[in-house]
Amino acid sequence: MTSGYAIVAVVVVVLGTILVGAYGLRVSRTTSDFYVASRTVSPWWNASAIGGEYLSAASFVGIAGLIFAYGPDMLWFPVGYTAGYLVLLTMVAAPLRRSGAYTLPDFAEARFRSRGVRVVASILALAIGWLYLLPQLEGAGLTLNTVTGAPDWVGALIVTAVVTANVMSGGMRSITFVQAFQYWLKLTAITVPIVFLVIVWQVNGAESLTKPDFPVFRQNTDVSFQRQTTIHVEKAVLVKGTGSVDGVRVGDTGLVLGEGYHRIAQGAELTFPKDAPVPHLSTMAHNTNEMWSLPMSSGADFPLYGAYSLIIATFLGTMGLPHVIVRFYTNPNGTAARRTTLIVLGLLAFFYLMPPIYGALGRVYTPELLMTGQTDAVVLVLPTRMIDGVGGELLGALVAGGAFAAFLSTSSGLVVSLAGVLSQDVLRLGGVRGFRFSTVLAGLVPLAMTFVSTGMPVADMVGLAFAVAASSLCPLLMLGIWSSRITTVGAIAGMLAGGVPALTAGLVTMFADTGDAWYEILLSRPAAWTVPLGFAVMYVVSLLTQRHVPAGVQRTMVKLHAPENLGLDGSGSSSDDRS
Amino acid sequence: MVVTSPRTRAPRARRPYSGTREINEQSELGAVYMRTLIRAQRRLGLSVCLVACGALGLLPLLFAIEPDLGKFRVLGLGLPWFLLCVATCPMLLLAGWFYVRQAERSEREFAELVERP
Repeated sequence: MTSGYAIVAVVVVVLGTILVGAYGLRVSRTTSDFYVASRTVSPWWNASAIGGEYLSAASFVGIAGLIFAYGPDMLWFPVGYTAGYLVLLTMVAAPLRRSGAYTLPDFAEARFRSRGVRVVASILALAIGWLYLLPQLEGAGLTLNTVTGAPDWVGALIVTAVVTANVMSGGMRSITFVQAFQYWLKLTAITVPIVFLVIVWQVNGAESLTKPDFPVFRQNTDVSFQRQTTIHVEKAVLVKGTGSVDGVRVGDTGLVLGEGYHRIAQGAELTFPKDAPVPHLSTMAHNTNEMWSLPMSSGADFPLYGAYSLIIATFLGTMGLPHVIVRFYTNPNGTAARRTTLIVLGLLAFFYLMPPIYGALGRVYTPELLMTGQTDAVVLVLPTRMIDGVGGELLGALVAGGAFAAFLSTSSGLVVSLAGVLSQDVLRLGGVRGFRFSTVLAGLVPLAMTFVSTGMPVADMVGLAFAVAASSLCPLLMLGIWSSRITTVGAIAGMLAGGVPALTAGLVTMFADTGDAWYEILLSRPAAWTVPLGFAVMYVVSLLTQRHVPAGVQRTMVKLHAPENLGLDGSGSSSDDRS
Repeated sequence: MVVTSPRTRAPRARRPYSGTREINEQSELGAVYMRTLIRAQRRLGLSVCLVACGALGLLPLLFAIEPDLGKFRVLGLGLPWFLLCVATCPMLLLAGWFYVRQAERSEREFAELVERP
């Protein structure tokens, strides 16, 4: 699917992002402008910006892809991404704003008055941010590959370059506008095509999406295999095209693929005939559309454990994401922070109605993606497949533009917050120059990581970042805000006890092949055991080390919980010396 | 001659009422005020969270125990699809709205309490 319109759309989004960023440049002058947009952002702008920042590659292409491949079990991704904001609203929104913290390490220091806690929180925030940036770049590579055929690294490189340049020149003031603009762009880009697709589906007889049949090719379909792929064929099928299958070249006369497994070489371009059942990736369950639409149909081991682990990770992980926290400082006070979060909840819930529809329509209209394993591309391919001619191409272009907006906005938010952490805590470089240098570093590391990762679905990768956040920074926030008994030793021990195993599990899943080992699910969905571990260790160690309760904890609690307008700041020696 | 100007904020800030002073001076009474507020907010936050997330969290278990529930259809959608795509959205919003209202109310009550002369 190479489309001129889609390339234009991607270019327009990239240029638009740069332009809107440059517009903000005129207003950003001093260091404090750079960091927190001078707190002059209204709740609607702020909520749109949070939405724009939060709706990442995983939301835009990844969720639809996972639902398309594995069915309703994957609905927990959108539900969890939304419900995470309810947890954030009820447990941390207002106190976090009142702490005056700009980053998570700032919160750690404001609450615990300890350099040690701050350093550990910084390192974890960096790790989570980079883990989260990686799938954004992979998603950008996939999108560009789908619409232009360019190699995967091109998209990643473009996103890194644009984001780094934009953040370096504009800082956060411009980013707030960019992000708010991106939310509405993304919502348009995912909603408008789906309206047309549903109309087309209805007009063509509203074919049931959950028929008790295996997916079949609706027309003669050209499929190109980007990497070596092992497929399982249920019913012998005659394919034509170029490339080799099981080491045999496919000639002009075609080749019959018999029942069983076949290895298709990288770069093969095969044409499958109309009405043939679609072979499926050897690692994926083979389901009729009816079976697919039922829970627990994905064929994974221990589906219940997997579901609960995902729920825990997404519900609790949201508050620990470094780019989400930053946005709370731009609210004028705790009450506004709560209201902003409520608006965000609505914006997200509305957006997440769309991806499942793409996933379900994909079962009927783009089943060949089940065979190539490029399930994340379903959102991008569907419009051109269902609607012929210019109309379909334009809608496809809109989706591609929206997807690119998703990568740009989330990456921008992440790079801003990571650069903040890097310049303040790791490199200790002050001022605008230090921030700019850190920005470059924050973008380069994940770009390098894209060359070694194993290409798992982007939403799964994002899920791992959530798991690390939920096991380390979530206990720090929740217990730190709601209990005055947490000690510095306990905080450090808890963050490490939860964060290190979760991070290790995530890295092993991403960069090594664990295959079918029984413990695979424990590594790819670690939250169900690492989150309780983090909470328990933090609380128990704190109880054992009550001598290390930070000095002035009562004053800190006053600052976190008392409404601002009462003049209660715990009086006197406040640690807030930010200017 | 009678002066009927409204009370302004300025004199209040110079001569704080007792509750505010108790808290700022870290007295026992001030600590009790704060503890009451924190406990109320914690209980509110946790209950809203537990009710909303707990209701959602029961679903996987329910579908595992009784797989036939998945075949049930509501408004043309399979039950899991209806619950997770359509029903969660208003439920979460309602929970969030309720929480914001209650949290602001308990902060107002706290303000009245500490500003009382």
